[in-house]
Amino acid sequence: MVTALQRKLLRDLGRQWAPLLAAALVMCVGIGAITMSLSALESLRRAMDSYYDAHRFPHIFAGLKRAPRTVAARLAEVPGVQRVVTRVVVDVNLNVPGLLEPATGRIISIPDAPPFGLSELYLRRGRFPEPGRAGEVIANEGFMEAHGFALGQDVAAVMHGRLQRLTIVGVALSPEYIYQIRPGELLPDDRRFGVFWIPYRELAPAFDLDGSFNDAVFAISPGVERAAVIDAVDGVLREYGGGGAYGRNDQTSHRYITDEMSQLRGMAVIPPAIFLTAAAFILNIAFSRLIQTQREQAATLRAFGYTTGQVARHYLLMVLVVACVGSLLGMLLGWRLGLTVTRLYTQFFRFPTLEFSLYKPGVVLAIAAGAGASVLGTYTAIARAAALPPAQAMRPPAPTDYRITLMQRMGITGVISPMGRMVVRHLERQPVRAAMTVLGIALALAVLIMGSYAHGAVNYLMDFQFRLSQRQHLTVVFNEPASPAAVHALARLPGVITTEPFRAVPARLRSQHHSRREPLMGLVGTPTLNRVISDREVPIGMPAEGLLLSDSMADMLRVRPGDTVRVEVLEGPRPERTMMVAGRVPTYMGTGVYLSRDGLNRLMREGAVISGANLTVDSVRGAELYAMLKETPGVAGVTVKDAARVIFRETFARNILIMRAFNLIFASTIAFGVIFNSARVALAERAHELATMRILGFTRREVLTVIAGELATLTVLAIPIGLVLGRLLTLYAASAMRTETHRIPAMIDPGTYAFGTIAIFAALAVAVLVLRRGIHRLDLIEVLKSKG
Amino acid sequence: MHDQAQKPGRSPSNVEERFVANVMPDDPTAVFSARGLTKMYRMGEVEIHALNGVDLDLYRGEFVVLLGPSGSGKSTLLNILGGLDVPTSGRVHYLDHDLSAYDEASLTRYRREHVGFVFQFYNLIPSLTAAENVGLVTEIASSPMNPREALELVGLGNRADHFPSQLSGGEQQRVAIARAVAKRPDVLLCDEPTGALDVTTGVMVLEALARVNRELGTLTAVITHNAMIASIADRVVTLSGGRIASIRRNAVKASTGSLAW
Repeated sequence: MVTALQRKLLRDLGRQWAPLLAAALVMCVGIGAITMSLSALESLRRAMDSYYDAHRFPHIFAGLKRAPRTVAARLAEVPGVQRVVTRVVVDVNLNVPGLLEPATGRIISIPDAPPFGLSELYLRRGRFPEPGRAGEVIANEGFMEAHGFALGQDVAAVMHGRLQRLTIVGVALSPEYIYQIRPGELLPDDRRFGVFWIPYRELAPAFDLDGSFNDAVFAISPGVERAAVIDAVDGVLREYGGGGAYGRNDQTSHRYITDEMSQLRGMAVIPPAIFLTAAAFILNIAFSRLIQTQREQAATLRAFGYTTGQVARHYLLMVLVVACVGSLLGMLLGWRLGLTVTRLYTQFFRFPTLEFSLYKPGVVLAIAAGAGASVLGTYTAIARAAALPPAQAMRPPAPTDYRITLMQRMGITGVISPMGRMVVRHLERQPVRAAMTVLGIALALAVLIMGSYAHGAVNYLMDFQFRLSQRQHLTVVFNEPASPAAVHALARLPGVITTEPFRAVPARLRSQHHSRREPLMGLVGTPTLNRVISDREVPIGMPAEGLLLSDSMADMLRVRPGDTVRVEVLEGPRPERTMMVAGRVPTYMGTGVYLSRDGLNRLMREGAVISGANLTVDSVRGAELYAMLKETPGVAGVTVKDAARVIFRETFARNILIMRAFNLIFASTIAFGVIFNSARVALAERAHELATMRILGFTRREVLTVIAGELATLTVLAIPIGLVLGRLLTLYAASAMRTETHRIPAMIDPGTYAFGTIAIFAALAVAVLVLRRGIHRLDLIEVLKSKG
Repeated sequence: MHDQAQKPGRSPSNVEERFVANVMPDDPTAVFSARGLTKMYRMGEVEIHALNGVDLDLYRGEFVVLLGPSGSGKSTLLNILGGLDVPTSGRVHYLDHDLSAYDEASLTRYRREHVGFVFQFYNLIPSLTAAENVGLVTEIASSPMNPREALELVGLGNRADHFPSQLSGGEQQRVAIARAVAKRPDVLLCDEPTGALDVTTGVMVLEALARVNRELGTLTAVITHNAMIASIADRVVTLSGGRIASIRRNAVKASTGSLAW
């Protein structure tokens, strides 16, 4: 049974549909963003947890030079170690059919048959290598897909100086390589980096490691102090050239996934909070207006004997209907966006299954936040209407109390027409309302800037990374530290124009209780190819003493220039030394640590050895050069800068721009919602006044000037505030989206400010059209008969 | 006998003829001349005949009261004369302009240049002072009076800088009259100007209207429910069911001071 009051509710909703729908849409965006982020976060977490669990992702990882397999027993005895698996892991130079330049293959030994004990493979297709058949390998799925390879495909690998043919018989995934990235690189490149699994009995002899291992992974018992186990493992492996054991938080794949999750967590809070604030604000103006027009109705209800509570409930119900519509649409939006985001993830993260599903507690939270925001936004207006004494409400409201304005006291009004004065006084009369509108428009502009700054920022980042900083064409890394003669050999290769050697050694940096693994990068005095760029965008030389830390590394270690860090080299003689932080340099990708090559050689107590070189090459002779590099035994890997740039543009940059498109749609919804509603409210509130002016002989255009002038004034006031707010919001968003390895510069180019401002004025133009239509529809005759 | 109805080219109506003897004006120039006016509009499902064949002439300098019950068509008639509405059929001339042929822009210009309105609920702009409310109109008029002068005319010279919220209902209405007359309109159209007022303030408002009519010679048409007010008019037009029921000329105009209701 529909009561009369419910019927009134439905009809009122029908009549006010436009502003209420605008509010519902903005709310939908907020709820959608919460639903999307929390659900994507939960889907990712679930996929990761179940994968880690089912495929026994290790807790601790350790690389070493070489140890006999009997050492495994000693490792298993370390207190807290539940299980240990030893293996051989080597990086080799690959010759992949269809790929001009050499690729890097990481080859990992496996027992003859699963289970392996830890890091179990998820076999997607094919089979495990059969005993007795030489050269059979399993390849990771990303590599296979990137090349479009089928089972049975051959690749050639330079194994310990000998070219060997590998036949791919299976395609698999590993929990250690959900995010697969070549060591020392900043971007994943499935074409140029593949992971392969080969039976131990085949791999170990090829590298003279028969009966030995050079890598170990550990599972530890629940509740065991990880650091203690790591120290104990390091103790055992020290004499075997241990490279320092580390936990999951230093494991590359795990670190990238958790980085992504923390980014999502940031997304679940900030943008939705902004959208819901805007929704509350829009509801507030829509409802204060609706209730203003319904004073008499509310009073009549009260006069009939409806209680204050019943009247309040009536209006509250109206708010909740809006919230419900917003929530439902928001859930749909969140579900849809979640699907898209999850699909983006599958580009980077290789899970056996990554399925998006709505995270119910997240949805409940989102709806609660939406309902809360709408009730908060309308509470005052509803309470005021419900509390109106019946008799008072039946009288028309007294003329709004206007006073001499500030401008008038300042003597400015002499130059303003009465129409201008109407605008100024109306604004001064309702400062809170005016301020709210200004704030709403400013917020919309700020969100537009935050939503679109990424475009300029990504361009800046790419320019910084690939033009300003990295000027080399290729980076060649050797298997083993080499003498400077190796560089001369490189320089003689066809097409090589310039060479610049570097020395890199794995190390752990500590400051108080903060610690990170990161290679020390020893560069020539003032690099001209792999340049280190200062915050003033000029290349800087290596300090005579001490280290240059990337911003991200300095932040992780909580150190400033002048502080010291403890450096533990994890290779060779493993020297440890306290070194000064000579400076910090802006870095948007990676967590680099730089020093002079001489300094690094001294630290290592070695001669002028190098780890690799950066090259510039004549592209005409590229094919010739690559062919030689593929077969050069000492070369462990070649990185092509242009390939990295393409990958960056096609993956990271594209994804950032997809998110930007979402943000832009959201921001436009807010901008339009706020301005459209302000226009609607102004029109509804002042229809009487405007119609009077029309009757007095003012043209439609003149009347439009008064009402549009007011909105335009508020908009113009809002622009500078919005620009500043946009800057702050962008700084905040950039820091919230920042991960340990990637930073998007909080760089807003003038075009972004201009774009936001233009978009706001476009919304204003639409609002003026709404006003114009409203003025055309003004019922002049009605005005003669009605109380103001 | 110079009745307009007898001029060649105009078809006299019976109604007009019947009252001709009583309606001889002081100044025989017809400002408005309406012939066969009908106005029909739909209210949802229902078709309403607000005017049903009205012929009427209003003359320069007259003070005319339009009497009639709710729904008699008097407001519709006033709206058409004021250029707020157009007739469904028939013609209405303002001097030699055919208002019934005007488009929206021409009607706006007509209102702006020739018509002063006074509303039942004053319709002042709350954000403007009394003088500024008047100024709103004088600034777009061609030969207006000074806003303060207009306020003096309605006895509110000393309230010029007050905002509507600082004025009583009667004062607000007198500001509205000042606003209407300040541009020296040719016609002053008032729809229930005392409808929201008590006797004392109502009388003051009528006095202001009478004074404007007397001193400026503006054709003044006032709609009212209140038959008492009819006694201060030159002519009283009574409408009923969308037709003119009677037109009567007061032999003696009562003074506003003698009114009571």
